[in-house]
Amino acid sequence: MDLITEKIKKTSLSTKQDRFGKLISITALILIASVVVLIFGFVISRGLATFTTNKVSLGHFLFGTDWNPSVVNKKTGQPGVGALPLIVGSMAVTFLAALVATPFAIGTAVFMTEVANKRGAKIMQPVIELLVGIPSVVYGVIGLTVVVPTVRAIFGGTGLGILSGTIVLFVMILPTITSMTVDTLKGVPRHYRESALAIGATRWQMIQKVILRAATPGILTAIVFGMARAFGEALAVQMVIGNAANMPNSLVSASATLTSVLTMGIGNTVMGSLQNNVLWSLAMILLLMSLVFNILIRFIGRKGELK
Amino acid sequence: MTKENKTILETRNVKLWYGNKEALHGIDLDFPEKGITALIGPSGSGKSTYLRALNRMHDLEDNITVTGSFNFKGQDIYAPTTDTVDLRKKIGMVFQQPNPFPFSIYDNVAFGLRLAGVKDKAVLDKAVEESLKAASIWEEVKDSLNKSALGLSGGQQQRVSIARVLATQPDLLLLDEPTSALDPVSAHNIEETLLELRDKYAMIIVTHSLSQASRISDRTAFFLNGDMVETGDTRKLFIDPKKQETADYISGRFG
Repeated sequence: MDLITEKIKKTSLSTKQDRFGKLISITALILIASVVVLIFGFVISRGLATFTTNKVSLGHFLFGTDWNPSVVNKKTGQPGVGALPLIVGSMAVTFLAALVATPFAIGTAVFMTEVANKRGAKIMQPVIELLVGIPSVVYGVIGLTVVVPTVRAIFGGTGLGILSGTIVLFVMILPTITSMTVDTLKGVPRHYRESALAIGATRWQMIQKVILRAATPGILTAIVFGMARAFGEALAVQMVIGNAANMPNSLVSASATLTSVLTMGIGNTVMGSLQNNVLWSLAMILLLMSLVFNILIRFIGRKGELK
Repeated sequence: MTKENKTILETRNVKLWYGNKEALHGIDLDFPEKGITALIGPSGSGKSTYLRALNRMHDLEDNITVTGSFNFKGQDIYAPTTDTVDLRKKIGMVFQQPNPFPFSIYDNVAFGLRLAGVKDKAVLDKAVEESLKAASIWEEVKDSLNKSALGLSGGQQQRVSIARVLATQPDLLLLDEPTSALDPVSAHNIEETLLELRDKYAMIIVTHSLSQASRISDRTAFFLNGDMVETGDTRKLFIDPKKQETADYISGRFG
């Protein structure tokens, strides 16, 4: 066999490097995928224990309004594991925060991309990005020392509750929604702007009727991202919501969310007990909700891809 | 073309600066009320820059200065009192890239009218149909008006873009290399469309294709390095150019 044939038949160095690289990335992929699968498996198996081992009915868990797992309710003869107040609390702060944050976020983003000159936008960009990175405990502390007393002064009561939670979450998710909206608006092709102006649109008409319309899927995705963040936020909310697992009857009475009950309770219960299992069930709801948010984002993204 | 064709736009001594760099060195050009004027010249000769000055598209940039007189039907385009929104309704523009908005075909064509506040469905329907017919694309899209315009082919998209401009009934149509991003068949269709429009509209077309200029234009102006070298009747200019540069360019010696 001559030298060349031999050389061709041997695995070359670049092929080996190629295989090595492939191996590394596949290993990383498997690792991450298995972590996700394990988390889901673990949470769901523990979460379901409430219903299988402790025989709590799903209806009671989802729609019961009495949350007090360590005390047996005299009327029903079951421990109070009705999670509806928490679900409602979580939903309320999430949707209210998104509702308030969205117009501000869109306004800021439009200002940054369409109105401000280049220098103004250059200053705003890092400010927004910085806000995304502030740890949630800092938001919580500010909420507790500024927002809660203000709410108390205006509405009376303790100042703790859904309103305070909403305000803190609003500030937290505002930069998330804003920066994603900015990216979306920047992605709207320049020729849309030019041709809108070229047929006699005013600047405002161009923004409203072309840019925002073209960017709607992206903006919706940004809002859902913000909502996912708000829904999963534990610390800051827990600090200002009051942590009373009552059915919320006003925006300024102490309430609780799934996350706040979880962080408060998980360290104080014994593994395997009903009180512990039911917290896992809450975690399961959170996990499923974040899955829903994810699917929603995918769905919106796909609808937004122009056919 | 008739001889008594009136002038719709008269420009004198048009100069334009990008920052400190003078890109147009004083252009004098007139455009008749009907018919097609082609602006030809090599890349960087300033023909597109000049075209975009005519409906103040340069206003979007910060560091561009335009001077000179622009008399559009007795109105000074760059007068401080001129409303750019109104102006651009009168002077429509079609771009190189076919660029319908990501809406339905109907919404695209109705866009300009809706901006102007037209809400009456019957009026909109009629205008959409007429504009699409004028852009010779009605037959192809009449059954899919509610489908996204982005689903059309490049040539169809460009004709929808033209229809969108026509819907606002401009007096003057600026076309910035409208066929250079299209395949030859689509380009041919666009040319046919323009030929059908030339009795009704004044059109100024920037083109890199000399054959296109000779096929469809009534008058031609040759640009070189920010100057307008020669202008005149298209046939005359192509057969018997007065300037050496023009002769060199149209015979393919450079550019």
